[in-house]
Amino acid sequence: MSLKSCVSLRDIRFGFGPQQDVLNIAALDVQRGERLFIQGPSGSGKSTLLGVIGGVLTPTAGTVTVLGESLNAMSAARRDRFRADHIGFVFQQFNLLPYLNVLDNVTLPLEFSPLRRKRALEGGQTPALVAKELLRMLDLNDSRLLKRAATELSVGQQQRVAVARALIGSPELIIADEPTSALDTDTRERFLTLLFDACAQSGITVLFVSHDHTLKGAFDRVLDLNVLNAVPA
Amino acid sequence: MITLKLALRSLWNRRFTATLTILTIALSVSLLLGVDKIRESARESFTQTVSGTDLIVGARSGPIQLLLYAVFRIGDATNNVSWESYQKIIKHRQVAWAIPISLGDSHRGFRVLGTTDAYFEHLRYRQDRKLEFTSGAPFADLYDAVIGADVARELKYALGQKIVVAHGAAVVNLQQHDDKPFTVVGILKPTGTPADRTVHVSLQAIEAIHVDWRGGTRAPGRYAVDAEKARTMALEPKAITAFYLGLKSKIATFMIQRGINEFPEEPLLAIMPAVALQQLWNLLGVAEKALLVIAGFVVLTGLLGMLSAILTTLNERRREMAILRSLGARPRHIFVLMISEAGALASAGVVLGVGLTYALIALTRPLLEARAGIFISLDVLSMNQWLILLGIIASALLIGAVPAWLAYRRTLNDGMTIRT
Repeated sequence: MSLKSCVSLRDIRFGFGPQQDVLNIAALDVQRGERLFIQGPSGSGKSTLLGVIGGVLTPTAGTVTVLGESLNAMSAARRDRFRADHIGFVFQQFNLLPYLNVLDNVTLPLEFSPLRRKRALEGGQTPALVAKELLRMLDLNDSRLLKRAATELSVGQQQRVAVARALIGSPELIIADEPTSALDTDTRERFLTLLFDACAQSGITVLFVSHDHTLKGAFDRVLDLNVLNAVPA
Repeated sequence: MITLKLALRSLWNRRFTATLTILTIALSVSLLLGVDKIRESARESFTQTVSGTDLIVGARSGPIQLLLYAVFRIGDATNNVSWESYQKIIKHRQVAWAIPISLGDSHRGFRVLGTTDAYFEHLRYRQDRKLEFTSGAPFADLYDAVIGADVARELKYALGQKIVVAHGAAVVNLQQHDDKPFTVVGILKPTGTPADRTVHVSLQAIEAIHVDWRGGTRAPGRYAVDAEKARTMALEPKAITAFYLGLKSKIATFMIQRGINEFPEEPLLAIMPAVALQQLWNLLGVAEKALLVIAGFVVLTGLLGMLSAILTTLNERRREMAILRSLGARPRHIFVLMISEAGALASAGVVLGVGLTYALIALTRPLLEARAGIFISLDVLSMNQWLILLGIIASALLIGAVPAWLAYRRTLNDGMTIRT
């Protein structure tokens, strides 16, 4: 396995019973620092694929390797820890915990991952300062936002806060699951630019899943899940 | 620790419903604790209606019957104790003091008790409390009376009030001792014991008002003895209803008791009031237990209210659980998060409930003590009450495990898939 590999799937099958596969992927490789667009309509096994890479779902067959480590060999607890340490997620919408303010939402991953906390606080930073810096980078400069309830923000702002949360403590991989579907076209493009800029700074790999192919121009590589997945949608 | 923090923040976010749940639990805890406190005080004040008295002696009947008429002035004695036997027994070298009592008459529904100064000197209730006077002093003259707190309050009597004693204990009496009226010279402080509802006069006074009575009715005209003439007569009683004994040594109690029970001249019965009061309380204790069981069910209702409050949030929180999972939270974290909420709600409810109970007791205590003679202590919680509170929190955690388990199962199935 090359040092440059970020995600590597081999002969992955996943199903909820015999002859009921929802996922059948012979091979999928994502290089470190790569920006990969996986296109697929709903029902194409998208969520299952992300669950397998994130270590939440265990494939019925095949091997999953992330950052050179085999998820198959890990216990469930170890996989949860691995996910907390190395992967940041951004979902479709309502990514934030409604009862935490913006600042606490952004710093939440540091509570679950001592590794990311250590990375984030290098050089004597405080979690609040790191969060502020990330939000500034994502064009959320207003410091009054920090203490606001997450639900008081616009959808576009919420999605950027979710990106800041995914980025804090510099995980190696960001998985974004339809993060722009709730945004209008203008905000969508600006969101992508901000996401890419922030990831480029730390060399973070981006795995972007969406059914919206108008976005794919911005990516290094595009894969079609319908082609990738041998199980018909 | 992060899960506890999240649980508290989540509850704070739902503070309106959370407050209602906490209030429900607090009120039910307060009810349970209040019932237990009152029960405790009632038992204490009941079983210590008489304290410091080693033996109560009356004509031979049953212990409960003797207790009922000699202590609670309920019902009547089947027989009297002769003055000779009384004198003989109290001359025993182990006897420290004796209080003779003579019952049979009444005043407007309150029992009249003939006794001696020893009553005010030696009678104790609730640990070591003595009878105290709100105003006045013990009876000195033959026609003096000392009334209990309830008598004074209900009949609105003050010192100097003239009262007439009626023959017998019925509320409506046709036969009055109206030829020999008494004067109220003392009013007792409330005690929560039968003394509150008693009119006390001297043994001699009881003799005096009956001196010209024969066969349950007053002698007609020329045989009548007026109040002043009665003073000059020999007023030593021929019999008393019962008497209380204080012994010099507690160890002698059983020996003296046996001696009295085997008294050759007259069939007598001696009982230890503490033991008999406890027996009687156990008899009455069923109602007390029923009350406690009802209060227990109210607490259970409060906890079930909490369960439904948590369960209704479960669906709308599926997304939250998925987000937490994506951040690396383990299913175990989700379980702890949910059960912490139940724990936090119940703990807050218990703390508030305890506060509420003490506040209520502190507020109503002076009134209860003055009006009803019920004395509820503001003491720290008893061991039993601590156990009850711990039990409530433990039950809350057990009940909270239901939604926690549901969330846990769901989390395993959902993974990071956001379902709404």
